[in-house]
Amino acid sequence: MQTIDLTEIGLRETNKTLHAQSADTNQTAWEIVNPRGSHAIACGLDAPIEVTVKGSTGYYCAGMNQQATVNIHGSAGPGTGENIMSGKIVIEGDASQYLGATGHGGLIVVKGNASSRCGISMKGVNIVVQGSVGHMSAFMGQSGNLVVCGDAGDALGDSCYEARFFVRGTVKSLGADCEKKEMRPEHIDILKGLLDEAGIDADPSEFTRYGSARNLYNFDVDNAGAY
Amino acid sequence: MCGIVGLFLKDSALEPQLGELLTAMLITMTDRGPDSAGIAIYGDETPGQMKLTVQSDTPETTFAGLDAALGKAMGTSVAMSVKSTHAVLTIPAGTLSSARAALAEIDRGIRIMSRGETLEIYKEVGLPKDVAARFDIARMSGTHGIGHTRMATESAVTTMGAHPFNTGDDQCLVHNGSLSNHNSLRRKLRREGIHIETENDTEVGAAYLTWQMQNGATLGEALQSSLDDLDGFFTFVVGTKDGFGVVRDPIACKPAVMAETDQYVAFGSEYRALVDLPGIENARVWEPEPATVYFWSHDKAPTSKKAA
Repeated sequence: MQTIDLTEIGLRETNKTLHAQSADTNQTAWEIVNPRGSHAIACGLDAPIEVTVKGSTGYYCAGMNQQATVNIHGSAGPGTGENIMSGKIVIEGDASQYLGATGHGGLIVVKGNASSRCGISMKGVNIVVQGSVGHMSAFMGQSGNLVVCGDAGDALGDSCYEARFFVRGTVKSLGADCEKKEMRPEHIDILKGLLDEAGIDADPSEFTRYGSARNLYNFDVDNAGAY
Repeated sequence: MCGIVGLFLKDSALEPQLGELLTAMLITMTDRGPDSAGIAIYGDETPGQMKLTVQSDTPETTFAGLDAALGKAMGTSVAMSVKSTHAVLTIPAGTLSSARAALAEIDRGIRIMSRGETLEIYKEVGLPKDVAARFDIARMSGTHGIGHTRMATESAVTTMGAHPFNTGDDQCLVHNGSLSNHNSLRRKLRREGIHIETENDTEVGAAYLTWQMQNGATLGEALQSSLDDLDGFFTFVVGTKDGFGVVRDPIACKPAVMAETDQYVAFGSEYRALVDLPGIENARVWEPEPATVYFWSHDKAPTSKKAA
């Protein structure tokens, strides 16, 4: 285990050290102490390493992540895991707004709650939230899965494309062109796989699936009021 | 951008450290707004007296003999304590309008920053660390306070455009965001006889709250109706004599983090601002909900009310 004290060497040096790890590095376990809510911690990683941040983080932690696993032992600030491509991010506390925005792949797990715009414009990332998510979550979601074990706020899945949303609790309101859908066996399988991968014990049959009604895909003058 | 910090003490043992804690919080938020900074502190109160905090760009000449001149014009005794470009004038309670008239008469270009029994507002153009040092904020004690560091978007970088804005006796407002209907609202409020000094959007927000409260609304009700009448982005933190409140617009783009322990309730635009507070590692930390008015008071139980 390599330990980095962020207050000692600073953000640039910390990220440079992590970026220097190659695919076959034997230094695979890293710990960052004293994060103090700093921005952009462990951004742009691209190696099969595991980084544990001991405390809460600020904006954009683990943004653009590839291959790496980033654990946040605290709460995470806005834009955490933005544009994640692959790998895994696990947040022990809460996540602030636009978690995993535009993410293309990988998995993000939140043990607490996620705030507004969780998974906005998601393009393939899987996000599993043990608590609840805020308003406008998965806005314009294109691909991937958002799993919410608690409740969802206003306008879930507004203007979404082919992303799937599984919510166990209540949905305050659905966004434009988002609808409740049938939970078929293949969806139970997908959900079960995600919950297992996230290490969350929940019964897939208690969830409801939501997704695009596909009415806003193409412009139709009758829909003008919905834009 | 802009950065906001706020600290409301439940444990009076921390009161001597209020200025020091708030200063550190504010300096951490420097990169959210390096244009100007300000701080509102709720400190000591003298029964039967009130405080008028005033500002001048030429304090040496303007404040020289001001206490005597003002006392003579008002027919009373006035105490003055000068701190850099600001001075706190202590006048008898209930003499605000005569003090205003006397200051206008004395005609030294003095600007009033705040009025109230316990409130003092200090604000200037410059980095938070320089502004805080100029007024020696770190040595001030008090029950609660709020601070702001500004990245100007809607109007000029001036002392009068700096936050906090005084909205009424012992009331003040800081703002992160921008209001888009401030021009029409300013015209409307001016027609209603509300004094608005600058072209700043936040001053209109502050004037709006003043106007609502003049018409009988409580601060909580005024904040609630601001959700309907103000168009734009805002996270507001307001201070009153006995407490402070927080409200975010329904979209809630502007960040906000709160922390509560047995000793205090703290607000920061980011968690970074809170990391040096005592006992933060065991505090309850959360994001205030959009379109919800939160209020903590020394006199009453805390409240939070979601807009219908």
